[in-house]
Amino acid sequence: MSIDRSAEVVGPAAPAVTRGVTGSPGGRAPLWRRLARDRFALAGGVVVVAYALVALAAPLVTHALGVDPYTYDLDALGPTGAPAGPAGGISAEHWFGVEPLTGRDLLAVVVMGSRTSLLVGLGATVVSMVVGTVLGLVAGYFGGWVDWVVARLIDVLVGLPALVFMIAIGAVAPGWFPRLLLLVLVIGLFGWSSIARVVRGQTMALRSAGFVRASRALGASPAHVLFRQVLPNLAATIVVFTTISIPGAIGAEAALSFLGVGVPPPTPSWGRSIGDAVTWFSVDPVYLLFPGLALFGITLAFNAFGDGLRDALDPRSAAPRRRKGGAR
Amino acid sequence: MTLVRFLATRLATLAFVLLAVSFLTYALFVLLPADPAQLACGRPCTPERLETARAFMGLDKPVVEQWWDFLRGVFAGRTFGSANATLTCPSPCLGYSFVRNAPVTELILGRFPVTASIAVGAAVLWLVVGVGAGVVAAVRRGTALDRGLMIAAITGVSAPSYLVGLLGILLFGFTLDMVPVSGYVPFATSPVDWAWHLVLPWTVLALLSAAIYTRLTRSQMLEELGSPYVRTARAKGLSERRVVTRHALRNAAVPVVTLFALDLGVLLGGTVITERVFSMPGLGALLMEAVGATDVPLLVGVTVFTAALVVVANLAVDVVHGALDPRVRHGGSSR
Repeated sequence: MSIDRSAEVVGPAAPAVTRGVTGSPGGRAPLWRRLARDRFALAGGVVVVAYALVALAAPLVTHALGVDPYTYDLDALGPTGAPAGPAGGISAEHWFGVEPLTGRDLLAVVVMGSRTSLLVGLGATVVSMVVGTVLGLVAGYFGGWVDWVVARLIDVLVGLPALVFMIAIGAVAPGWFPRLLLLVLVIGLFGWSSIARVVRGQTMALRSAGFVRASRALGASPAHVLFRQVLPNLAATIVVFTTISIPGAIGAEAALSFLGVGVPPPTPSWGRSIGDAVTWFSVDPVYLLFPGLALFGITLAFNAFGDGLRDALDPRSAAPRRRKGGAR
Repeated sequence: MTLVRFLATRLATLAFVLLAVSFLTYALFVLLPADPAQLACGRPCTPERLETARAFMGLDKPVVEQWWDFLRGVFAGRTFGSANATLTCPSPCLGYSFVRNAPVTELILGRFPVTASIAVGAAVLWLVVGVGAGVVAAVRRGTALDRGLMIAAITGVSAPSYLVGLLGILLFGFTLDMVPVSGYVPFATSPVDWAWHLVLPWTVLALLSAAIYTRLTRSQMLEELGSPYVRTARAKGLSERRVVTRHALRNAAVPVVTLFALDLGVLLGGTVITERVFSMPGLGALLMEAVGATDVPLLVGVTVFTAALVVVANLAVDVVHGALDPRVRHGGSSR
């Protein structure tokens, strides 16, 4: 399975796909038409786009609002270090209140935090998809010992307790290694098993298809066959898996940051803000609210959209099934 | 392939995976720059003292040899140091924490009951809630109830457990003052207090995980309810209740049970986030403490122990599957 797991294992889980999605079955209405009928998925898509725009324009947004995530405002704090005033220091100046101890504007922290979340989420997903797709293609096409090696790699990966490993690696990694890159690599490299399995299965099925045999007979190289002939037929599967993997990766980053082994301060991260809020929340529960809602919102939006996309591409399945349930 | 042969193959895979996982863990942590000898050496740390510390801990040997010592220690126990100053670590020895001055196995076993209490209680709860909701949604397919349950499930899947846990503490602990907000009481001390402290963690963990089971059960049930044998059962005049529970659910349950075993294996290895939120001293907390103190032997020990639980859960799934479904034994069906 990918790093998506129950609530505990790596934060919010993304439902994964069992069956691959082949082509565009049904063929009645165009894809976007079918997707547009699913209002829940559509709302998810709109929210995802909104988050992406905020993340892209984050410095502009904070500038326009006149806030900055790195400016300390000790005047906004009470004598204990908790925000002065009711509801976490919400005021005309600080719409979301301020961070305890530093007085940094929470709105700015949440807005800039979207960059961290989306960057790690997308980066890790790209790593998973590239590794999983290439290994799945190679294993499915060549079979034999190549397939055996990939299958054993997957066995080992599934046997590793992903969150425990990520925490341990995060803890002992050298200080000079860029933290965000480390997170992208670690989360990405633990998440490729499910896509690899599905791509492998579909490649095996396509290997004996007419157009592949024809291509081989014409003397095409394996690389050409795999990446020019087989890969385009797997596009739908890969798109769905990508959409569904992103919330899992975002959740993993937040969980690691929550535990204090993810993004280091002062880089804004929703997970770390929530982790900081643990010590404060008996006096300042509002601190928890905004980063928490931001994280929940993006995860829910991606899951809703991914679910709808999957249904639109593959009408056979009314609901997703988790891939790891299958026999191996 | 006979069942025996199938089991033998799976056992061989299990051994291979455990060996690979332990080696990976070992190599990774030994190669990384956190040096336990450096930490234990004290100040001033002369090169001679560092060498002595390294030799004492067995860190002066090549990685493969160290790994071999570790493996041998699991079965035969280990002794650190030489004649005049020795530490013994009885089998099964998962290493020795020089930071805490205690065998890792002992440390793990001391924490395991906490994690097991959280995991098993939550697992029972989510299985009942998740499968129940999934069956209802499938039977009432297309109704507002089905739609509502599915939206609830996708919401549950998306909610980070720590966020829900903290909100739960805020509402039921601080505001309503109904349940204790942190800590763990051993079952032997007081079963009532034990359960009372665990109610909130169980509920939070279970509700979020139940969402996944609801979705899985629903889709499996829909598939089974549409199959010919269910039509036959209905045609025979069986009651709908009997068709659903005795026929469809029994077959739909196979993948659900599979997922359940895997999840339980992972959870038993440490409910890191839940333990952090509810301040419970389980395996996950032990891991985080090891991280905080850069206690490499403890990190390795906990990781290998957790991996072993996951791998054993995988094996259990395969065995149950193989016994239930002959196609699996013949290596067919799903590949």
